[in-house]
Amino acid sequence: MVPRPFRLVGRRQDTTDTFTVLLEPTEGDPLGFVPGQFTMLSAFGVGEVPVSVSGAAHVAGPLQHTVRDVGAVTHALSRASVGDVLGVRGPYGTGWDVAHGHGKDVVFVAGGIGLAPLRPAVLEVLSHRDRYRRVVVLYGTRSPDDLLFADSLADWQGQGVELLVTVDYGPPSWAGRVGLVTTLIPRAGFDPKYTLAFVCGPEVMMRRSAMALVERGVTPDSIRVSLERNMRCGVGLCGHCQFRELFICVDGPVLSYARVAGLLGYREV
Amino acid sequence: MRTIEQYLPDHPFFAGLGADAMSLVGGCAANVSFAADEFLFREGEPADRFFVIRRGRVAIEVHAPAAGTVVLDTADAGDIVGWSWLVPPYRWLFDARAVEATGAVTFDGRCLRDKCEEDPRMGYELTRRVIQVMSDRLVASRVRLLDLYGAAGAGHAAPR
Ligand SMILES: Cc1cc2nc3c(=O)[nH]c(=O)nc-3n(C[C@H](O)[C@H](O)[C@H](O)COP(=O)(O)OP(=O)(O)OC[C@H]3O[C@@H](n4cnc5c(N)ncnc54)[C@H](O)[C@@H]3O)c2cc1C
Repeated sequence: MVPRPFRLVGRRQDTTDTFTVLLEPTEGDPLGFVPGQFTMLSAFGVGEVPVSVSGAAHVAGPLQHTVRDVGAVTHALSRASVGDVLGVRGPYGTGWDVAHGHGKDVVFVAGGIGLAPLRPAVLEVLSHRDRYRRVVVLYGTRSPDDLLFADSLADWQGQGVELLVTVDYGPPSWAGRVGLVTTLIPRAGFDPKYTLAFVCGPEVMMRRSAMALVERGVTPDSIRVSLERNMRCGVGLCGHCQFRELFICVDGPVLSYARVAGLLGYREV
Repeated sequence: MRTIEQYLPDHPFFAGLGADAMSLVGGCAANVSFAADEFLFREGEPADRFFVIRRGRVAIEVHAPAAGTVVLDTADAGDIVGWSWLVPPYRWLFDARAVEATGAVTFDGRCLRDKCEEDPRMGYELTRRVIQVMSDRLVASRVRLLDLYGAAGAGHAAPR
Protein backbone atom coordinates (compact mmCIF):
# COMPACT_ATOMS: atom_id res chain seq x y z
CA MET A 1 0.00 0.00 0.00
CA VAL A 2 3.07 2.25 0.01
CA PRO A 3 3.30 4.37 -3.15
CA ARG A 4 6.28 3.79 -5.43
CA PRO A 5 8.22 6.89 -6.38
CA PHE A 6 7.89 7.83 -10.07
CA ARG A 7 9.76 10.67 -11.71
CA LEU A 8 7.98 13.09 -14.01
CA VAL A 9 9.80 12.79 -17.34
CA GLY A 10 7.36 14.73 -19.48
CA ARG A 11 4.37 17.01 -19.16
CA ARG A 12 1.87 18.35 -21.67
CA GLN A 13 -0.87 20.95 -21.12
CA ASP A 14 -3.77 19.52 -23.16
CA THR A 15 -6.38 22.21 -22.49
CA THR A 16 -6.69 25.06 -20.01
CA ASP A 17 -7.60 22.66 -17.17
CA THR A 18 -6.31 19.29 -18.38
CA PHE A 19 -2.73 18.06 -18.54
CA THR A 20 -0.84 14.82 -19.20
CA VAL A 21 2.06 13.54 -17.13
CA LEU A 22 4.62 10.96 -18.23
CA LEU A 23 6.16 9.03 -15.36
CA GLU A 24 9.01 6.57 -14.94
CA PRO A 25 9.82 4.59 -11.80
CA THR A 26 12.89 5.92 -10.01
CA GLU A 27 13.90 2.26 -9.71
CA GLY A 28 12.55 -1.16 -10.61
CA ASP A 29 10.30 -2.34 -13.41
CA PRO A 30 7.84 -0.17 -15.23
CA LEU A 31 4.18 -0.60 -14.35
CA GLY A 32 2.24 -3.20 -16.35
CA PHE A 33 -1.47 -2.53 -16.75
CA VAL A 34 -4.45 -3.33 -18.91
CA PRO A 35 -6.52 -0.61 -20.63
CA GLY A 36 -9.11 0.82 -18.25
CA GLN A 37 -7.10 0.30 -15.07
CA PHE A 38 -6.22 3.17 -12.79
CA THR A 39 -3.50 3.99 -10.30
CA MET A 40 -3.62 5.92 -7.04
CA LEU A 41 -1.48 8.90 -7.94
CA SER A 42 -0.10 11.06 -5.15
CA ALA A 43 1.35 14.47 -4.75
CA PHE A 44 3.42 14.00 -1.61
CA GLY A 45 2.17 16.04 1.30
CA VAL A 46 -1.17 16.82 -0.39
CA GLY A 47 -2.93 13.52 -1.05
CA GLU A 48 -3.66 10.81 -3.56
CA VAL A 49 -6.38 10.34 -6.16
CA PRO A 50 -7.47 7.57 -8.52
CA VAL A 51 -6.52 8.35 -12.12
CA SER A 52 -6.86 6.08 -15.15
CA VAL A 53 -3.90 5.30 -17.35
CA SER A 54 -4.21 7.17 -20.66
CA GLY A 55 -1.27 5.68 -22.57
CA ALA A 56 -0.85 2.51 -24.60
CA ALA A 57 -0.62 -0.75 -22.66
CA HIS A 58 1.15 -2.72 -25.40
CA VAL A 59 4.18 -0.47 -25.97
CA ALA A 60 6.99 0.16 -23.53
CA GLY A 61 7.35 3.74 -22.38
CA PRO A 62 6.56 6.04 -19.53
CA LEU A 63 3.33 5.64 -17.57
CA GLN A 64 0.86 8.20 -18.88
CA HIS A 65 -1.97 9.89 -16.99
CA THR A 66 -4.25 12.64 -18.25
CA VAL A 67 -5.72 14.65 -15.42
CA ARG A 68 -8.27 17.41 -15.10
CA ASP A 69 -7.44 19.97 -12.45
CA VAL A 70 -10.60 20.05 -10.31
CA GLY A 71 -9.46 20.22 -6.68
CA ALA A 72 -6.68 20.05 -4.13
CA VAL A 73 -4.78 16.96 -5.26
CA THR A 74 -5.27 17.29 -9.01
CA HIS A 75 -4.19 20.92 -8.69
CA ALA A 76 -1.02 19.90 -6.85
CA LEU A 77 -0.35 17.32 -9.61
CA SER A 78 -0.83 20.05 -12.21
CA ARG A 79 1.96 22.05 -10.57
CA ALA A 80 4.53 19.23 -10.76
CA SER A 81 7.33 19.80 -13.23
CA VAL A 82 9.75 17.54 -15.04
CA GLY A 83 12.15 16.00 -12.55
CA ASP A 84 9.68 16.03 -9.65
CA VAL A 85 8.74 12.77 -7.95
CA LEU A 86 5.13 11.60 -7.56
CA GLY A 87 3.78 8.50 -5.85
CA VAL A 88 2.06 5.66 -7.69
CA ARG A 89 0.13 2.71 -6.28
CA GLY A 90 -1.47 0.09 -8.46
CA PRO A 91 -2.56 -0.54 -11.12
CA TYR A 92 -5.99 -1.36 -9.79
CA GLY A 93 -9.43 -2.29 -11.00
CA THR A 94 -10.99 -4.06 -13.93
CA GLY A 95 -10.08 -3.15 -17.50
CA TRP A 96 -11.96 -2.64 -20.75
CA ASP A 97 -12.31 -6.22 -22.04
CA VAL A 98 -11.62 -5.30 -25.65
CA ALA A 99 -10.80 -8.91 -26.58
CA HIS A 100 -14.51 -9.71 -26.20
CA GLY A 101 -15.00 -7.52 -29.26
CA HIS A 102 -13.00 -9.80 -31.57
CA GLY A 103 -14.97 -10.30 -34.76
CA LYS A 104 -17.38 -7.52 -33.83
CA ASP A 105 -17.84 -3.80 -34.30
CA VAL A 106 -16.41 -1.86 -31.37
CA VAL A 107 -17.91 1.46 -30.39
CA PHE A 108 -16.29 3.90 -27.94
CA VAL A 109 -18.45 6.66 -26.50
CA ALA A 110 -16.44 9.28 -24.62
CA GLY A 111 -17.59 12.36 -22.76
CA GLY A 112 -15.07 15.03 -21.73
CA ILE A 113 -12.11 13.67 -19.75
CA GLY A 114 -13.69 10.20 -20.31
CA LEU A 115 -11.66 9.96 -23.50
CA ALA A 116 -8.49 9.55 -21.38
CA PRO A 117 -9.44 6.19 -19.78
CA LEU A 118 -10.74 4.95 -23.16
CA ARG A 119 -7.62 5.90 -25.10
CA PRO A 120 -5.57 2.79 -24.12
CA ALA A 121 -8.50 0.59 -25.23
CA VAL A 122 -8.72 2.34 -28.61
CA LEU A 123 -4.94 1.96 -29.02
CA GLU A 124 -5.17 -1.73 -28.08
CA VAL A 125 -7.88 -2.32 -30.70
CA LEU A 126 -5.90 -0.46 -33.35
CA SER A 127 -2.81 -2.52 -32.57
CA HIS A 128 -4.80 -5.60 -33.63
CA ARG A 129 -7.02 -3.88 -36.17
CA ASP A 130 -7.67 -7.06 -38.19
CA ARG A 131 -9.37 -8.76 -35.24
CA TYR A 132 -12.23 -6.28 -35.22
CA ARG A 133 -14.79 -5.14 -37.74
CA ARG A 134 -15.76 -1.48 -37.64
CA VAL A 135 -14.15 0.77 -35.03
CA VAL A 136 -16.21 3.80 -34.06
CA VAL A 137 -15.25 6.61 -31.68
CA LEU A 138 -18.00 9.01 -30.61
CA TYR A 139 -16.69 11.91 -28.58
CA GLY A 140 -18.56 14.76 -26.96
CA THR A 141 -17.01 17.56 -24.99
CA ARG A 142 -17.77 21.05 -23.84
CA SER A 143 -16.29 23.23 -26.57
CA PRO A 144 -13.76 22.98 -29.41
CA ASP A 145 -11.09 24.30 -26.99
CA ASP A 146 -11.69 21.31 -24.70
CA LEU A 147 -10.98 18.63 -27.31
CA LEU A 148 -8.35 16.21 -26.00
CA PHE A 149 -5.74 14.25 -27.96
CA ALA A 150 -6.33 16.10 -31.24
CA ASP A 151 -3.27 14.37 -32.76
CA SER A 152 -4.52 10.94 -31.72
CA LEU A 153 -7.96 11.64 -33.14
CA ALA A 154 -6.57 12.55 -36.55
CA ASP A 155 -4.29 9.52 -36.43
CA TRP A 156 -7.17 7.19 -35.57
CA GLN A 157 -9.19 8.50 -38.49
CA GLY A 158 -6.20 7.77 -40.71
CA GLN A 159 -6.37 4.18 -39.45
CA GLY A 160 -9.99 3.78 -40.54
CA VAL A 161 -11.75 4.73 -37.33
CA GLU A 162 -15.14 6.33 -37.84
CA LEU A 163 -14.78 9.39 -35.62
CA LEU A 164 -17.78 11.60 -34.84
CA VAL A 165 -17.19 14.59 -32.58
CA THR A 166 -19.68 16.98 -31.06
CA VAL A 167 -19.44 19.86 -28.60
CA ASP A 168 -21.98 21.37 -26.22
CA TYR A 169 -21.27 24.92 -27.36
CA GLY A 170 -19.48 26.17 -30.44
CA PRO A 171 -18.36 29.52 -31.77
CA PRO A 172 -19.59 30.33 -35.30
CA SER A 173 -16.13 29.41 -36.64
CA TRP A 174 -16.66 25.79 -35.54
CA ALA A 175 -17.78 23.80 -38.58
CA GLY A 176 -18.33 20.60 -36.61
CA ARG A 177 -21.36 19.33 -34.76
CA VAL A 178 -23.01 20.92 -31.74
CA GLY A 179 -25.23 18.74 -29.57
CA LEU A 180 -25.14 15.90 -27.09
CA VAL A 181 -22.89 12.90 -27.67
CA THR A 182 -26.02 10.72 -27.58
CA THR A 183 -27.15 12.25 -30.88
CA LEU A 184 -24.14 10.59 -32.55
CA ILE A 185 -25.27 7.09 -31.60
CA PRO A 186 -28.07 6.74 -34.19
CA ARG A 187 -25.76 8.19 -36.88
CA ALA A 188 -22.71 5.99 -36.46
CA GLY A 189 -22.10 3.07 -38.81
CA PHE A 190 -22.17 -0.06 -36.66
CA ASP A 191 -24.27 -3.18 -36.49
CA PRO A 192 -25.92 -3.16 -33.04
CA LYS A 193 -26.34 -6.94 -33.05
CA TYR A 194 -22.59 -7.46 -33.38
CA THR A 195 -21.27 -4.62 -31.29
CA LEU A 196 -19.30 -4.27 -28.08
CA ALA A 197 -19.56 -0.72 -26.70
CA PHE A 198 -17.37 1.09 -24.16
CA VAL A 199 -18.71 4.22 -22.51
CA CYS A 200 -16.79 6.63 -20.28
CA GLY A 201 -17.60 10.10 -19.00
CA PRO A 202 -19.75 11.83 -16.39
CA GLU A 203 -22.42 9.52 -15.04
CA VAL A 204 -25.37 11.34 -16.59
CA MET A 205 -23.65 11.09 -19.96
CA MET A 206 -22.91 7.37 -19.51
CA ARG A 207 -26.50 6.65 -18.46
CA ARG A 208 -27.98 8.40 -21.46
CA SER A 209 -25.43 6.98 -23.87
CA ALA A 210 -26.10 3.45 -22.63
CA MET A 211 -29.84 4.03 -23.06
CA ALA A 212 -29.30 5.32 -26.61
CA LEU A 213 -27.14 2.28 -27.42
CA VAL A 214 -29.86 -0.04 -26.11
CA GLU A 215 -32.45 1.86 -28.15
CA ARG A 216 -30.27 1.31 -31.22
CA GLY A 217 -30.32 -2.42 -30.47
CA VAL A 218 -27.13 -3.11 -28.51
CA THR A 219 -27.83 -5.52 -25.64
CA PRO A 220 -26.99 -4.23 -22.11
CA ASP A 221 -24.49 -7.06 -21.62
CA SER A 222 -22.54 -5.76 -24.64
CA ILE A 223 -22.08 -2.32 -23.08
CA ARG A 224 -19.32 -1.44 -20.61
CA VAL A 225 -19.28 1.66 -18.44
CA SER A 226 -16.67 2.98 -16.03
CA LEU A 227 -18.05 3.94 -12.64
CA GLU A 228 -15.65 6.50 -11.28
CA ARG A 229 -17.02 6.91 -7.80
CA ASN A 230 -14.90 8.51 -5.15
CA MET A 231 -12.50 5.97 -3.69
CA ARG A 232 -9.73 5.91 -1.16
CA CYS A 233 -7.80 2.67 -0.61
CA GLY A 234 -8.11 1.23 -4.13
CA VAL A 235 -8.04 -2.37 -2.89
CA GLY A 236 -11.53 -3.06 -1.56
CA LEU A 237 -10.76 -2.54 2.13
CA CYS A 238 -12.02 0.85 3.23
CA GLY A 239 -15.54 0.70 1.75
CA HIS A 240 -15.35 4.30 0.58
CA CYS A 241 -16.47 3.41 -2.94
CA GLN A 242 -19.02 0.76 -1.96
CA PHE A 243 -22.06 0.84 -4.17
CA ARG A 244 -24.64 -1.62 -2.85
CA GLU A 245 -22.88 -5.00 -3.23
CA LEU A 246 -20.05 -3.60 -5.37
CA PHE A 247 -16.69 -2.21 -4.35
CA ILE A 248 -16.01 -0.05 -7.38
CA CYS A 249 -12.22 -0.07 -6.87
CA VAL A 250 -11.98 -3.86 -7.24
CA ASP A 251 -15.24 -4.93 -8.94
CA GLY A 252 -14.92 -1.91 -11.24
CA PRO A 253 -14.37 0.70 -12.41
CA VAL A 254 -15.26 -1.04 -15.70
CA LEU A 255 -18.54 -2.91 -15.34
CA SER A 256 -21.17 -4.34 -17.64
CA TYR A 257 -24.18 -2.07 -18.08
CA ALA A 258 -26.35 -5.16 -17.61
CA ARG A 259 -25.01 -5.33 -14.06
CA VAL A 260 -25.17 -1.66 -13.11
CA ALA A 261 -28.06 -0.20 -15.13
CA GLY A 262 -30.12 0.03 -11.94
CA LEU A 263 -27.27 1.58 -9.99
CA LEU A 264 -26.44 4.38 -12.39
CA GLY A 265 -27.97 7.54 -11.06
CA TYR A 266 -27.94 6.15 -7.55
CA ARG A 267 -26.66 8.86 -5.24
CA GLU A 268 -23.20 8.77 -3.80
CA VAL A 269 -23.04 7.18 -0.33
CA MET B 1 -30.91 12.48 -55.88
CA ARG B 2 -34.37 11.10 -55.22
CA THR B 3 -37.45 13.25 -55.76
CA ILE B 4 -39.35 14.65 -52.80
CA GLU B 5 -42.10 12.05 -53.32
CA GLN B 6 -39.54 9.25 -53.18
CA TYR B 7 -37.55 10.67 -50.29
CA LEU B 8 -40.18 11.75 -47.78
CA PRO B 9 -42.03 8.48 -47.03
CA ASP B 10 -38.70 6.87 -45.95
CA HIS B 11 -37.89 9.65 -43.55
CA PRO B 12 -38.57 8.69 -39.89
CA PHE B 13 -40.44 11.96 -39.33
CA PHE B 14 -43.05 11.04 -41.93
CA ALA B 15 -43.04 7.26 -41.43
CA GLY B 16 -46.56 5.88 -41.03
CA LEU B 17 -48.34 9.06 -42.16
CA GLY B 18 -50.40 7.27 -44.82
CA ALA B 19 -50.52 7.90 -48.54
CA ASP B 20 -53.23 10.60 -48.49
CA ALA B 21 -51.57 12.65 -45.77
CA MET B 22 -48.23 12.14 -47.46
CA SER B 23 -49.47 13.58 -50.71
CA LEU B 24 -50.98 16.57 -48.86
CA VAL B 25 -47.66 17.17 -47.09
CA GLY B 26 -45.75 16.65 -50.33
CA GLY B 27 -47.95 19.31 -51.94
CA CYS B 28 -46.54 21.88 -49.49
CA ALA B 29 -42.90 20.84 -50.05
CA ALA B 30 -40.10 22.12 -52.28
CA ASN B 31 -36.37 21.49 -52.66
CA VAL B 32 -34.08 24.31 -51.60
CA SER B 33 -30.35 24.81 -51.33
CA PHE B 34 -28.18 27.21 -49.38
CA ALA B 35 -24.59 28.30 -49.84
CA ALA B 36 -22.22 28.20 -46.86
CA ASP B 37 -23.06 31.01 -44.42
CA GLU B 38 -26.43 31.71 -46.02
CA PHE B 39 -29.26 31.97 -43.49
CA LEU B 40 -32.28 29.65 -43.66
CA PHE B 41 -34.05 32.09 -41.36
CA ARG B 42 -33.31 34.79 -38.82
CA GLU B 43 -34.60 35.40 -35.34
CA GLY B 44 -37.79 37.46 -35.27
CA GLU B 45 -38.83 36.75 -38.86
CA PRO B 46 -42.21 35.12 -39.47
CA ALA B 47 -41.88 31.36 -39.07
CA ASP B 48 -43.76 30.09 -42.07
CA ARG B 49 -41.58 27.08 -42.98
CA PHE B 50 -39.73 24.13 -41.67
CA PHE B 51 -36.93 22.07 -43.19
CA VAL B 52 -35.77 18.50 -43.53
CA ILE B 53 -32.02 18.62 -44.13
CA ARG B 54 -30.90 16.32 -46.95
CA ARG B 55 -27.20 17.16 -47.05
CA GLY B 56 -24.81 19.61 -45.41
CA ARG B 57 -25.06 21.13 -41.96
CA VAL B 58 -27.11 23.90 -40.38
CA ALA B 59 -26.17 25.79 -37.22
CA ILE B 60 -28.92 27.01 -34.90
CA GLU B 61 -27.45 30.07 -33.28
CA VAL B 62 -28.19 33.09 -31.19
CA HIS B 63 -26.41 36.39 -30.89
CA ALA B 64 -25.93 37.72 -27.39
CA PRO B 65 -24.17 41.08 -26.98
CA ALA B 66 -21.75 39.84 -24.29
CA ALA B 67 -21.12 36.29 -25.52
CA GLY B 68 -21.14 37.04 -29.25
CA THR B 69 -22.74 34.48 -31.53
CA VAL B 70 -23.12 31.05 -29.97
CA VAL B 71 -24.03 27.91 -31.90
CA LEU B 72 -26.61 26.08 -29.78
CA ASP B 73 -27.20 23.09 -31.98
CA THR B 74 -26.42 21.75 -35.42
CA ALA B 75 -28.64 19.80 -37.79
CA ASP B 76 -27.24 17.29 -40.27
CA ALA B 77 -28.75 15.14 -43.02
CA GLY B 78 -32.06 13.71 -41.86
CA ASP B 79 -32.64 16.29 -39.12
CA ILE B 80 -35.66 18.56 -38.85
CA VAL B 81 -35.12 22.29 -38.47
CA GLY B 82 -37.90 24.54 -37.20
CA TRP B 83 -41.02 24.06 -35.15
CA SER B 84 -42.04 27.70 -34.61
CA TRP B 85 -44.31 27.45 -37.69
CA LEU B 86 -46.71 25.40 -35.54
CA VAL B 87 -46.67 27.53 -32.39
CA PRO B 88 -48.00 31.10 -32.12
CA PRO B 89 -46.80 33.77 -32.61
CA TYR B 90 -45.14 31.92 -35.52
CA ARG B 91 -41.83 33.75 -35.29
CA TRP B 92 -38.33 32.28 -35.37
CA LEU B 93 -36.64 32.31 -31.98
CA PHE B 94 -33.11 31.68 -33.29
CA ASP B 95 -31.05 32.08 -36.43
CA ALA B 96 -30.41 29.10 -38.69
CA ARG B 97 -27.27 29.33 -40.84
CA ALA B 98 -25.87 26.88 -43.38
CA VAL B 99 -22.39 25.93 -42.12
CA GLU B 100 -21.56 24.42 -45.50
CA ALA B 101 -23.42 23.99 -48.79
CA THR B 102 -26.73 22.53 -47.67
CA GLY B 103 -29.70 20.96 -49.40
CA ALA B 104 -33.10 20.64 -47.76
CA VAL B 105 -36.76 20.05 -48.37
CA THR B 106 -38.72 23.05 -47.17
CA PHE B 107 -42.37 22.91 -46.18
CA ASP B 108 -44.78 25.80 -46.39
CA GLY B 109 -45.97 26.08 -42.79
CA ARG B 110 -49.03 28.16 -43.55
CA CYS B 111 -50.17 25.67 -46.16
CA LEU B 112 -49.59 22.82 -43.69
CA ARG B 113 -51.40 24.62 -40.87
CA ASP B 114 -54.42 25.13 -43.13
CA LYS B 115 -54.40 21.46 -44.09
CA CYS B 116 -54.13 20.46 -40.43
CA GLU B 117 -57.21 22.60 -39.64
CA GLU B 118 -59.15 20.90 -42.42
CA ASP B 119 -57.99 17.42 -41.51
CA PRO B 120 -57.58 17.12 -37.72
CA ARG B 121 -56.43 13.51 -37.96
CA MET B 122 -53.49 14.56 -40.10
CA GLY B 123 -53.05 17.61 -37.87
CA TYR B 124 -52.71 15.33 -34.86
CA GLU B 125 -50.22 13.05 -36.61
CA LEU B 126 -48.07 15.97 -37.71
CA THR B 127 -48.25 17.70 -34.30
CA ARG B 128 -47.21 14.47 -32.58
CA ARG B 129 -44.11 14.33 -34.75
CA VAL B 130 -43.22 17.96 -34.16
CA ILE B 131 -43.63 17.41 -30.40
CA GLN B 132 -41.04 14.63 -30.64
CA VAL B 133 -38.59 17.07 -32.25
CA MET B 134 -39.34 19.69 -29.57
CA SER B 135 -38.99 17.12 -26.79
CA ASP B 136 -35.58 15.99 -28.09
CA ARG B 137 -34.41 19.60 -28.14
CA LEU B 138 -35.78 20.26 -24.64
CA VAL B 139 -34.06 17.21 -23.17
CA ALA B 140 -30.78 18.17 -24.86
CA SER B 141 -31.06 21.72 -23.48
CA ARG B 142 -31.71 20.42 -19.97
CA VAL B 143 -28.77 18.03 -20.05
CA ARG B 144 -26.54 20.81 -21.32
CA LEU B 145 -27.70 23.02 -18.45
CA LEU B 146 -25.87 20.55 -16.20
CA ASP B 147 -22.66 21.59 -17.96
CA LEU B 148 -21.45 18.02 -17.46
CA TYR B 149 -17.96 18.61 -18.72
CA GLY B 150 -17.52 22.08 -17.28
CA ALA B 151 -16.27 23.58 -14.06
CA ALA B 152 -19.63 23.34 -12.32
CA GLY B 153 -20.46 19.99 -13.87
CA ALA B 154 -21.75 16.83 -12.34
CA GLY B 155 -18.81 15.00 -13.85
CA HIS B 156 -15.37 15.06 -12.39
CA ALA B 157 -15.42 18.70 -11.68
CA ALA B 158 -16.80 20.99 -9.05
CA PRO B 159 -16.85 24.74 -8.56
CA ARG B 160 -13.57 26.10 -7.33
C1 LIG C 1 -11.40 4.87 -11.20
C2 LIG C 1 -11.26 6.33 -11.40
C3 LIG C 1 -10.56 6.80 -12.50
C4 LIG C 1 -10.40 8.17 -12.69
N1 LIG C 1 -9.70 8.59 -13.78
C5 LIG C 1 -9.48 9.90 -13.95
C6 LIG C 1 -8.70 10.37 -15.04
O1 LIG C 1 -8.18 9.59 -15.86
N2 LIG C 1 -8.49 11.71 -15.16
C7 LIG C 1 -9.04 12.60 -14.27
O2 LIG C 1 -8.83 13.80 -14.42
N3 LIG C 1 -9.81 12.19 -13.25
C8 LIG C 1 -10.03 10.86 -13.05
N4 LIG C 1 -10.79 10.45 -12.00
C9 LIG C 1 -11.35 11.46 -11.08
C10 LIG C 1 -10.31 11.92 -10.08
O3 LIG C 1 -9.99 10.86 -9.21
C11 LIG C 1 -10.88 13.10 -9.27
O4 LIG C 1 -11.01 14.21 -10.11
C12 LIG C 1 -9.97 13.45 -8.12
O5 LIG C 1 -10.08 12.45 -7.12
C13 LIG C 1 -10.32 14.78 -7.52
O6 LIG C 1 -9.48 14.99 -6.39
P1 LIG C 1 -9.02 16.46 -5.95
O7 LIG C 1 -8.36 16.37 -4.65
O8 LIG C 1 -8.26 17.12 -7.05
O9 LIG C 1 -10.34 17.20 -5.85
P2 LIG C 1 -11.32 17.21 -4.60
O10 LIG C 1 -11.07 18.50 -3.90
O11 LIG C 1 -11.27 15.95 -3.84
O12 LIG C 1 -12.68 17.21 -5.37
C14 LIG C 1 -13.03 18.22 -6.26
C15 LIG C 1 -14.37 17.89 -6.77
O13 LIG C 1 -14.32 16.76 -7.63
C16 LIG C 1 -15.27 15.81 -7.21
N5 LIG C 1 -14.74 14.47 -7.41
C17 LIG C 1 -13.71 13.90 -6.77
N6 LIG C 1 -13.50 12.66 -7.21
C18 LIG C 1 -14.43 12.42 -8.14
C19 LIG C 1 -14.75 11.32 -8.95
N7 LIG C 1 -14.11 10.18 -8.87
N8 LIG C 1 -15.79 11.43 -9.79
C20 LIG C 1 -16.48 12.56 -9.87
N9 LIG C 1 -16.24 13.64 -9.11
C21 LIG C 1 -15.22 13.57 -8.27
C22 LIG C 1 -15.48 16.04 -5.76
O14 LIG C 1 -16.76 15.60 -5.35
C23 LIG C 1 -15.36 17.52 -5.67
O15 LIG C 1 -16.57 18.14 -5.94
C24 LIG C 1 -10.97 9.09 -11.79
C25 LIG C 1 -11.68 8.60 -10.69
C26 LIG C 1 -11.84 7.26 -10.49
C27 LIG C 1 -12.57 6.78 -9.31
